[in-house]
Amino acid sequence: MKAITKSPWIMHYDASSCNGCDIEVLACLTPLYDVERFGVINTGNPKHADILLITGGVNEQNVEIVKQLYEQMAEPKVVAAIGACACTGGIFAECYNIRGGIDTVIPVDAYIPGCAVRPEALIDGVVAALGILEVKQKNMKKRK
Amino acid sequence: MGERTVIPFGPQHPVLPEPIHLDLVLEDETVVEAIPQIGYIHRGLEKLVEKKDFKQYVFVAERICGICSFIHSLGYCLSVEKVMGIEVPERATFLRTMWSELSRIHSHVLWMGLVADGYGFESLFMHSWRLREQILDLFEETTGGRVIFSACEVGGVRKDVTVEQLQKIKSTMISFEKELQEITNVFLNDASIKSRTKGVGVLTKQMAYDLGAVGPTLRASGVASDLRSTGYAAYGKLNFEPIIETDGDCYARTAVRIRETFQSIDLVKQCVDMMPEGDVRVDVKGNPDGESFIRLEQPRGEVLYYTKANGSKFLERYRVRTPTFANLAPLLEMLKGCDLADVPVIVLSIDPCISCTER
Repeated sequence: MKAITKSPWIMHYDASSCNGCDIEVLACLTPLYDVERFGVINTGNPKHADILLITGGVNEQNVEIVKQLYEQMAEPKVVAAIGACACTGGIFAECYNIRGGIDTVIPVDAYIPGCAVRPEALIDGVVAALGILEVKQKNMKKRK
Repeated sequence: MGERTVIPFGPQHPVLPEPIHLDLVLEDETVVEAIPQIGYIHRGLEKLVEKKDFKQYVFVAERICGICSFIHSLGYCLSVEKVMGIEVPERATFLRTMWSELSRIHSHVLWMGLVADGYGFESLFMHSWRLREQILDLFEETTGGRVIFSACEVGGVRKDVTVEQLQKIKSTMISFEKELQEITNVFLNDASIKSRTKGVGVLTKQMAYDLGAVGPTLRASGVASDLRSTGYAAYGKLNFEPIIETDGDCYARTAVRIRETFQSIDLVKQCVDMMPEGDVRVDVKGNPDGESFIRLEQPRGEVLYYTKANGSKFLERYRVRTPTFANLAPLLEMLKGCDLADVPVIVLSIDPCISCTER
């Protein structure tokens, strides 16, 4: 089970962000920042993912999809809200179609601010989320 | 006639960084019809003009889309300046043009990476994104931001560029051009890539024109329509020709974007060489009153901005029609009769930007 916290797989979903944070998520995986060298792989399958990276302020049409993605992920799992919009709604908080932060829909473990988020901050936040993942994993073992 | 099946494509799909949903109606492996469902990124940005005043709204306009962020803020500023009759200093127009062209390079190279990932060529994806970082470094050095850099404001630009920075931009462009040549050779000449793009998703000239395609999608079908020729910002003083291809398939659309990237490199060099001295902004006094209509060329095509102001500090209406919206109708035509396996490549070939489309 140690492999999960050593090389977690991430899944990214855009819940109505402007794209800025999404391309920074991908930039983390590409050669300049290259988190893939640690075994972090971007997957499209929620059942394979350990960390869910969500950007954007969740609009009404996305609510169900975000919930479904979260529920389909296997335990232990952590959610990271990427960027100002995912944390609080950001600049779009006053828009009529925006719910606010991701935590209005699913529980969030790490908040990573920035507009657009910087890759360094993102990596830092994901490392913090890994600590939470480890704790969750230990708690799961205790329950057994 | 075989039995029909419906396969959902999206909203969460590995090849799409953004959510769009297509219901693909299949007969065996062939797509008969594609029914789009949009609204996953609709935020209601246009209504925000009632809550943010016209000087603040430039930051919202910039966040219509994070990839062509600068061009959206430029479009907003141009429309408000047109309403208010503001004359922007010449140096600011050149800086705006330079940043627009750098944005276009960044957007096209980003797209090359995504499309390479679309047909499973992962190392090419990595190489494209590695090159793109050089452009982001230039943004960061000149403005402080990587993808959203808030450099434009009503009345000019917020940041000036030093002589050393201009020289660095030029020298980066020269080395970037050489490195880009290496990867674009693969896109244009690799046999396995050609087999995925040649003759796939054909859009004829007549269809492209009738369905109202814009940008590289239209130019790849042989229509020379490039809004930069209208000479907004400093484009009137630069030397360039719209790039066209005639085949109208995915290969032609790739070729148009690649040639445009080299053209943009040339335009950035021209901007650096011709950069005039002087101020970069003028003070804006009073509130806008009136209407304006502005058309610009985004990396993805023609974008329209309509602005209506009533003399208060809040605009009455701000309307944007973005290129991907115009390209969705042609996309649905291209998808008819294609193989299921070609769907990702065809969808990516219009360079969809959903957050622009839905705002």
